[in-house]
Amino acid sequence: MIALPPPSPEILARRAEIVAALRGIVPGEGTIGDPLSLRPYETDGLTAYRQPPLAVVLPTSTEQVAAVMRYCHAQGIRVVPRGAGTSLSGGALPLADAVVIGLMRMNRIKEIDFDDRLAVVEAGVTNLGITKAVEGEGFFYAPDPSSQLACMIGGNVNMNSGGAHCLKYGVTANNLLGLTFVTPQGDIVEVGGGHLDAAGYDWLGLMTGSEGMLGIVTEVTVRILRSPEGARAMLAAFKGTEIAGAAVDAIIGSGIIPVALEFMDKPCIHACEAFAHAGYPLDAEAMLIIEVEGSVAEQDALLERIKQICQRFDPISLKVAQSAEESLAIWKGRKGAFGAVGRISPDYLCMDGTIPTGELPFVLKRIGEMSAQYGLQVANVFHAGDGNLHPLIMFDANDPASFHAAESFGADILKLCVEVGGCLTGEHGVGVEKRDLMTAQFAPHELDQQRAIKSAFDPAWLLNPHKVFPLKEIAA
Amino acid sequence: MTTPLAPTDEAGIAAAVIEARAAQSPLAIEGRGTKRALLRPVQAARTLSTRALTGITLYRPTELVLSARAGTTLAEIEAALAEKGQMLAPEPPDTRALFGATEDGTIGGIVATNLSGPRRITAGAIRDHLLGIRFVNGAGEVIHSGGRVLKNVTGLDLCKLLAGSHGTLGVLTEVTLKVLPAAETSASIGIRVPDITTGVKALSAGLGSPFGVTGAALIPAFCGPDGPATTVALMRLEDFADSVAYRSARLAEDLAPLGEVRVLDAAESTGLWTAIRDAQPLGVGDAEAVWRVSVRPSAGPGVVAAMAQAGGRCLLDWGGGLVWVAGPADAATHAAVVAAATAARGTFTLFRAPEPLRAAVAVLPEEPPALAAIGARVKAALDPAGLFNPGRMRAGA
Repeated sequence: MIALPPPSPEILARRAEIVAALRGIVPGEGTIGDPLSLRPYETDGLTAYRQPPLAVVLPTSTEQVAAVMRYCHAQGIRVVPRGAGTSLSGGALPLADAVVIGLMRMNRIKEIDFDDRLAVVEAGVTNLGITKAVEGEGFFYAPDPSSQLACMIGGNVNMNSGGAHCLKYGVTANNLLGLTFVTPQGDIVEVGGGHLDAAGYDWLGLMTGSEGMLGIVTEVTVRILRSPEGARAMLAAFKGTEIAGAAVDAIIGSGIIPVALEFMDKPCIHACEAFAHAGYPLDAEAMLIIEVEGSVAEQDALLERIKQICQRFDPISLKVAQSAEESLAIWKGRKGAFGAVGRISPDYLCMDGTIPTGELPFVLKRIGEMSAQYGLQVANVFHAGDGNLHPLIMFDANDPASFHAAESFGADILKLCVEVGGCLTGEHGVGVEKRDLMTAQFAPHELDQQRAIKSAFDPAWLLNPHKVFPLKEIAA
Repeated sequence: MTTPLAPTDEAGIAAAVIEARAAQSPLAIEGRGTKRALLRPVQAARTLSTRALTGITLYRPTELVLSARAGTTLAEIEAALAEKGQMLAPEPPDTRALFGATEDGTIGGIVATNLSGPRRITAGAIRDHLLGIRFVNGAGEVIHSGGRVLKNVTGLDLCKLLAGSHGTLGVLTEVTLKVLPAAETSASIGIRVPDITTGVKALSAGLGSPFGVTGAALIPAFCGPDGPATTVALMRLEDFADSVAYRSARLAEDLAPLGEVRVLDAAESTGLWTAIRDAQPLGVGDAEAVWRVSVRPSAGPGVVAAMAQAGGRCLLDWGGGLVWVAGPADAATHAAVVAAATAARGTFTLFRAPEPLRAAVAVLPEEPPALAAIGARVKAALDPAGLFNPGRMRAGA
């Protein structure tokens, strides 16, 4: 279990006074102080960890966020930002003596400009909400984390969220133009804007993926892209993970960058097929979903090229969708993968490492060995083009021993990812979940360098102080 | 100036930094010094060069990743990539002509300046393709950030911070970049437009089309490929041959109402985009200064108009959002650029100028006080003794 820094008894004792002061800034239902109403804010997508905060404020403007930050800074009160609470790494986990600033009421779309291909939105607009607002004109916002229906753009910025289409369209960092954020001292700062590339330090890039440790993001300028004429998927199933991996290499090596290239191992294929009846081949050891974009003729040409490449690897089955409906059917199982695993196991941990794609067969073999050793089942989905691996470790949360084994198993997988040249997290963030594993990827002086940059923004370590770095400098 | 220090390994770079720190003697940080004339002159007695840190250390075409020591030349990297049919998608410009350099620039210099060419509009900048770095900080410690995989959100992203920091935060020793397949072929659509505003509209229409435009520039009449009387909006398509043929036909058809359309074949298109990448159409005179102004594309025509008033000439890239300006190297013209960029809520860089001008003016926009204070503390966190490139980005910093 991950430890949280001890709360300040002095701050806890002042709860009523602090709640009253916050209510002076964010009136009415925008400030929450009673224990029952605080309960929904005690956890996020990493539900194994729960900690109700001191208070919650739900501001409706950047100015209100700034006033809350100025108050908390002056009083030495810790602050934890929160969007939709969908983080899988505990990114929104509160502290007992912290004020949670929830951005969900800041959900206005302030500007859409199709000529300049951008949208200015508040932090609490959902990821899919951006696409919904622009799709009528044939545009979309590219990063598509699987929580996109609920997750908010402010959280996407803080975690540098990815999705299934990163290989072609990049992650959040590659799709931003500007930010408004509030510093830990309560100053409102704008970086970037409607233009490309900063002159001066790339604050936009540094803020992206900073996991709410450097400032509170309140407004985001995103790039919007014109949708392709169409997209279509194919399915390719193989007799071994090495063979499927070699097919992926051959596709990329031929100069094709598919818009998505998803890999599922046998346990995952079986779980998804039982759930979605998508027609996945149950005798395959590995399966790829490959999606291409363009006009119908372009789709046909690309899928034919890919099909010919796959045929060199003795596939068990190749199925090219002939229509948008058939594409959806191919995707149905993959998109339901987490739910499918949830059906065969009471609980699961979704891990998120990245590996050099050539290491996939070795890593899957080692994960299989660990699965036997820990006595826990695992299913693997993998963004094969970019090396992002999501092992789903199945366990029983009612059995503490099972949970601890699952956590250890997950930690071992992530250490393995680092050992083979990859990293601890590709898109979910470090949060609290992987905080204590950071020493596997960074030397102590490297962590100190990152801490020094955190200190440059937040000298008092009041903003989200319990995330990303192994606990060290936080005094109670 | 004394001979540059040019250690042959990373440990040598670290040792040189530790020595400079002990001597309280700031360092000019450079690769081969080909962009020494960019931004402000550095106030340092000694130069620390990464030119002797050379060689590609990892190249996995099927994993789309390449690592090289910072002093490896861009030419060497691009040759290795071309051999496998790949490329650096942001197509960094060749600035030798503008800066009067003769040597090939280094990959470390490209990353440290975050310079990207025409494909930046859709493929992203150098910083978007920077997967990992190793650098020596002001304490002489070797720090790595990122890695060699395409998706990595582990810890603070120091790659983004160091990219474009012009050697003021650390000495890059090795960089890892995402590389991409080079397209089978390319073509361009050129549209003769009556004016700059119509031209930018045409570029917006192209970039807002589903046809995957990978370059969108506007060549004003004075330097246009169709002669001095015609402004040309130019859009590039790169893909498999059948796709390029299909898309250029569709795009030409869709954009025909905006002006006379011509399709340029791969050879003509490639030459033109190389010229645009390097700002050649501007025909910069020896005594002239050059600025890069970045604004929302729709604000580009306003910048062009303002610069024409001030005696400047412009070339537009990035859909109209990147305005290259050439003009008299004086404070008045600089002030006009600053005013135009500020009015458009964009940003500017004094890219090239004689030393007296670039020493005298703010070559980059001033930051608001709250951000400047954070910037000073971040600089101190990485380079506490202020050793690296003093004065490069701002006076006294």
